[in-house]
Amino acid sequence: MAAYILAKEGLKVCLIEAGPMYDPKKNVTQLKNPWESPRRGASTRFRPFGDFDASYWGWQIDGEPYTHKDNTKWDWWRTRMIGGRTNHWGRISLRFGPKDFKRRSIDGLGDDWPITYEDVKPYYDKVDRLIGIFGSIEGLDNEPDGIFLPPPKPRLHELMIKKAATTAGVKVIPSRLSILTTALKDNQDRGSCFFCSQCNRGCTVYADFSSSSVLVNPAIKTGNVDVLTNAMAREVLTDTNGLATGVSYVNKEDMQEYQVMGRTVIVAASACESARLLLNSKSARHPNGLANDSNVVGKYLHDSTGAAMGGILPQLFDRKRYNEDGVGGLHVYSPWWMDNKKLDFPRGYHIEYWGGMGQPAYGFGFGMENLNGKYLVKGKQKEAGGYGKSLKEDYRYFYGAGVGMAGRGEAIAYESNYCEIDPTIVDKYGIPVLRFHVKWSQHEINQAKHMKETFKEIMHNMGAIVTWGDNGPEDDYGLEDPGKIIHEAGTVRMGSDRKKSSLNKWSQAHDCKNLFVVDGAQFVSQADKNITWTILALSMRASEHIVSEMKQQNL
Amino acid sequence: MDRRKSLKALAVGTISAGVFVEACKNGKDKNALVSKDTDAGGKKFGYDRQPEEIERYNEVTAKTFFTGHELATITVIGDIIIPRDEVSGSASDAKVPEFIEFIVKDMPQHQVPMRGGLRWIDMQCFKRFEKSFVDCSEEQRITMIDEIAWPKKAKPEMAAGVSFFNLIRNLTATGFYTSEIGVKDIGYMGNRPNQWKGVPPEVLQQYNLAYDERELNETVKFD
Repeated sequence: MAAYILAKEGLKVCLIEAGPMYDPKKNVTQLKNPWESPRRGASTRFRPFGDFDASYWGWQIDGEPYTHKDNTKWDWWRTRMIGGRTNHWGRISLRFGPKDFKRRSIDGLGDDWPITYEDVKPYYDKVDRLIGIFGSIEGLDNEPDGIFLPPPKPRLHELMIKKAATTAGVKVIPSRLSILTTALKDNQDRGSCFFCSQCNRGCTVYADFSSSSVLVNPAIKTGNVDVLTNAMAREVLTDTNGLATGVSYVNKEDMQEYQVMGRTVIVAASACESARLLLNSKSARHPNGLANDSNVVGKYLHDSTGAAMGGILPQLFDRKRYNEDGVGGLHVYSPWWMDNKKLDFPRGYHIEYWGGMGQPAYGFGFGMENLNGKYLVKGKQKEAGGYGKSLKEDYRYFYGAGVGMAGRGEAIAYESNYCEIDPTIVDKYGIPVLRFHVKWSQHEINQAKHMKETFKEIMHNMGAIVTWGDNGPEDDYGLEDPGKIIHEAGTVRMGSDRKKSSLNKWSQAHDCKNLFVVDGAQFVSQADKNITWTILALSMRASEHIVSEMKQQNL
Repeated sequence: MDRRKSLKALAVGTISAGVFVEACKNGKDKNALVSKDTDAGGKKFGYDRQPEEIERYNEVTAKTFFTGHELATITVIGDIIIPRDEVSGSASDAKVPEFIEFIVKDMPQHQVPMRGGLRWIDMQCFKRFEKSFVDCSEEQRITMIDEIAWPKKAKPEMAAGVSFFNLIRNLTATGFYTSEIGVKDIGYMGNRPNQWKGVPPEVLQQYNLAYDERELNETVKFD
């Protein structure tokens, strides 16, 4: 986003990317059939979300380790390609609400942001118009409406979920995804959605949002952007006054060191990678790393909470076949609907739903012996397991009856949850790596418990049978390990007190005025809203500020 | 600048000390930084591949895992699990044995359970019929399979065979229903450009459901 805004303003930009060039129009996995993959779409370490997923790399990268302290857990997702993880994400694009910027004032935990919803609203509006998002006007107090394209109609299981959840007191509304259900006004470069449900593979007609297709391509077209790919940033360079002068990086193709010089350095390498870069940028003026006079870089690391439950809907056994792919992801969701004052945990969560007749992939049909002896098949009681023509009938009978839901909740950003430089380990480029120390608190565990109770009620109301995810206290109610939801944030946070924050309210380093951090690292807290839309809004806001400061000769 | 000197020193012995450029400042670096064609495998694979993935594929496919006898056994068992019927072909029609050969190399955790399970079933057949599984008559094979295909009623001493059969049932079914024949059989109708106009009316009626006013009026419409 920053490269796009600055290049459009006529500034010369150099975009440094650790992975290769990527364009979903050229690097195609969309509309491939499962049999075109020798592993039938199964995941690999190169593509942990499946063989057709757009993301290059994920939980582990060859030659680029990370470590953990005190047996804690943190799963770190890294995508190495132009556009990064925006190439495979869920396109769920939620605005933070007014309360989400001042949680400390509400519950005394964490900190308030130095900005309010009113400060960010104009940028959310601009992002909506520039990129496109569908949704519905609901008028909810902490789920601000945007400038929406029309949403798709719910699928069959989503209608059943809506009925069941509403009975349980859980609101279900159209999802809000950055997918063009209709053409985007004044945009000739992007087509509209053709409903293949495969946004995570990247869209050949650019009907969904990824930075690669929607921002980087038009930025390059301005002629103002040089893109350096396979360039692994080592450190931000500074002069004797402590101001940023450029970036030093390794060119992965010839393994040589290079430097790029510029007036301003903008960091957006993903929250933890940005923190790593700053911590590795030590100098006489910044002995603690850059933007780190406060010693908070790496701290307050937090991810969304996640817990899920799955089952089957007997009323969908032997269902009629039709194409229900729809858009890539859910057509309906449930925003947080309760008042935390009445609960034993302080922050909310939203619910995402799935189910239906999806494209078969590796894993399809596994565990039939747990199904076909339990439920009548076409009115007949069968013995579990088996083989032959009768078994083929069972696969057909149970296809498309699956249903599931997952909560995505807000965790508290604690100073004691952090990433830091591991003093003893370097990656294959000789760059010191990150060591993580993150633990959930009882707040998050209680929230997961509440998720599971809610899911069970919804499942029960629609007559579904829970087949997995009915966890109890023995495993923290199925609360995913931190990092797993891939919404890391908080490591280079903004704040008005420069002793407790790295950045000011313009995403600008307190201790280095020509350094900006515009990814999730700058977040004070992350609500229960997937963070991409807010990253885009804040990045746009910071970029416009840079332009204005440059015009006034302040930068 | 001292810093630049030390960087240069690092580079000596690899290519040259002259490659340092200030990329965006003077724009002289274009040649040094031309990105590799990331779709190098595109032609061979028909879809986007990274160099590391192509390397992995070549490494996996250069080896053969199953012996001829093992693969013959997999083929016979596969066609018992998924035989030809009035709707579609068999596991071997859908090249499931070839899929299983690939997947056990790609997912090594399946190698010991598959190889061991095949050996186990052969030993059982030798004890009972003095023949390997594939050399048994059709009747003998089914007698053997019936001992391990029904987890709930299988005898305790058949537990290892039950585990093996669950695994080969899983791999056979997954291989079959992700093949062209299998996708058609299961009736998946997506993976093609279309317009989502909602659940077909007769299906809504079947489940006694209807779209409400807002779902009808505020959702996307097509010409």
